Amino acid sequence: MAEVTLKNLSKKFGKDIGVEDISMTIPDGAFVVLLGPTGAGKTTTLRLISGLEKADSGEIWVDGRNVGKETPAQRDMAMVFQQYSLYPHLTVRDNLAFPLKSPILRAPDDEIERKVSEVAEVLQISHKLDNKATALSGGEMQRVSIGRALVRDPTIYLMDEPLSSLDAKLRTDLRVELKRIHASLGATLLYVTHDQIEAMTMATHVGVLNEGRLVQFGSPRDIYENPNSIYVAGRLGLPRINILPVDVFGNAPSGTTHIGMRPEHVSQGDGLAADVQRIEHLGDQTRLHLIVKGHAITTIANPTVIYEPGTPIKIMPKDPLFFDVNGNRIR
Amino acid sequence: MAKIEIKNIRKDFGDFNAVKESSFTIEDGEFFMLLGPSGCGKTTTLRMIAGLELPTSGEIYLDGKEISQLPPSKRDIAFVFQMFALYPHMNVRKNLSYPLVSQGMPRAQVKAKVEEVAGILGILDILNRPVGGLSGGDRQRVALGRAIVRDPKAFMMDEPLGALDAEFREHMSQELRALHDRMGATTVYVTHDQLEAMQMGDKIVVMNNAVVEQFGTPQQIYDKPATMFVADFIGSPSMNFLRFDGALDEGATSVDLNGQTLAVPKQLQGASGKLVFGVRPEHVMLSDSGNYRGEVLATEYLGTTQIITLDTPNGELKARIDSAQLAAIGEKVALNFQAPKITLFDETTGLALRSSLNHEVLAHG
Repeated sequence: MAEVTLKNLSKKFGKDIGVEDISMTIPDGAFVVLLGPTGAGKTTTLRLISGLEKADSGEIWVDGRNVGKETPAQRDMAMVFQQYSLYPHLTVRDNLAFPLKSPILRAPDDEIERKVSEVAEVLQISHKLDNKATALSGGEMQRVSIGRALVRDPTIYLMDEPLSSLDAKLRTDLRVELKRIHASLGATLLYVTHDQIEAMTMATHVGVLNEGRLVQFGSPRDIYENPNSIYVAGRLGLPRINILPVDVFGNAPSGTTHIGMRPEHVSQGDGLAADVQRIEHLGDQTRLHLIVKGHAITTIANPTVIYEPGTPIKIMPKDPLFFDVNGNRIR
Repeated sequence: MAKIEIKNIRKDFGDFNAVKESSFTIEDGEFFMLLGPSGCGKTTTLRMIAGLELPTSGEIYLDGKEISQLPPSKRDIAFVFQMFALYPHMNVRKNLSYPLVSQGMPRAQVKAKVEEVAGILGILDILNRPVGGLSGGDRQRVALGRAIVRDPKAFMMDEPLGALDAEFREHMSQELRALHDRMGATTVYVTHDQLEAMQMGDKIVVMNNAVVEQFGTPQQIYDKPATMFVADFIGSPSMNFLRFDGALDEGATSVDLNGQTLAVPKQLQGASGKLVFGVRPEHVMLSDSGNYRGEVLATEYLGTTQIITLDTPNGELKARIDSAQLAAIGEKVALNFQAPKITLFDETTGLALRSSLNHEVLAHG
């Protein structure tokens, strides 16, 4: 495994910006998740690193080596795509062995067998090794396609939304599994997703992308607790952070135009009168939708209070975040 | 507006039974969710209410009138599809006017009604735009508008947000619910997304394999699941099932798992054989003291809370705890369960055992 460093990477598609001036270091053994909405440049970054796209400017360094001019094969990275692409006529075993038989690797038979059974074990598909690839469920197929990346010992694993075509239950299981694989192999992973839950739960580092730029890079906890802009604050956390004009509650450092309150940072008891619009019982938590001076605020209900639409309550921000006119954090 | 009663409706497609005898009532003004995995019969049920399918047997009452064999046009129910079907060659105003013009409504009245509805949906400014250039959200609003202009007795919606991306979907679901709160129209909504059902619904029917598994408010279904299917389908992560062999008597207040006695709500029926101890992740507490122990396999940070996966003598278990609490992988910890929230199931039938927790909910559904 290897450390991968990006320096001022830019790529345009005609007039459209793919990525702009991205610099970051993926430390050896890290699980880095790139998070952003459709069109933010996540997949482009991944494809630039793998060599499937060529950068307009900037450098990509792998273990101290500039790989900008190398072919994808020379870079020796393993990629997992959103849509599993397996050879339908081959068994699971042959699908897994395939990358090892490539003309570049040409691994000996006994090593192939050892590696395939090892990976099958990790992915819990040992009992399906002799099945045809088409005789598998969706989750099993995706595990095989992840397995095809894992049999190799590449410099880095690149994964492009590998879980997004799976159903919710399976995603939850595979999340834990991927984390376990990462920990047990000590692998370096770059993982792209628009799903904040995946980013929060799996990553050692999260990179938040917006319109082709890397706007914040840090641990999930750091990004959740210390976002540097309104945009980043809105990317993590469900229900979403409440953003209000500063004059609603007042009492903010100069230059503040908006404050941000996570739903759990709305304290009840004192403060401004709020109208309860709707109560959402989600089982593990109850959400309140409030209106304060014409602004919608979502918060978490206090379990000891019984709410009805119209129940008068008073609220105040607790440790709010302050943002300036450009949406940047004021600390 | 309308109350809809479904009595023993059944639908067969040839040899295939899509919906088994099902009964439930949708009260006037309710936002009612039909929830279940693909192929469970939820869309067929919706289509029978709308008149797009005729039931093989059973009755449907709309405000006390039996309508199960009437054609859709005689039912006064509006349908919103997953793929918003708009006339691409017409502008927004004409798309909205069409259902009224075809009913023969006078021109001035059509104009007034269309503008009223456009106002409700916040699309007044795009009335003269062609639908081709609209964003996904505006298209969806126009599609809703076409259903609303007719002032139908009830709305049927078949995964209307299914085609939208996650972020926008969340936004539209709030908008849709707020719209419902303003208009108060009876709405039946089909989804396979449990969170959407919990967030938006006043009542939920959970279906599986053509059968209604449970019917109730989101809180009832979450806290007091009637079957293992419901317990597993609702909630993320879903309810933990600790499987054990045992016997318990009527009136029991505890069960024996691997020699450890765990408190449960007072049981109102005896059972024996393969049983299941069902506990939601947020009702599991990690502590230093206690004899029921597990080993931490994984932790997942979620902001205010974290999900801990543990290995226990009765299988894997997930706990939702405060993210400030420390839990290290490999650590062995004691597990405590909030006894009043526990549901026991008979694994063979998949049904919840009646207890002081759930007997009122199970009695009517």
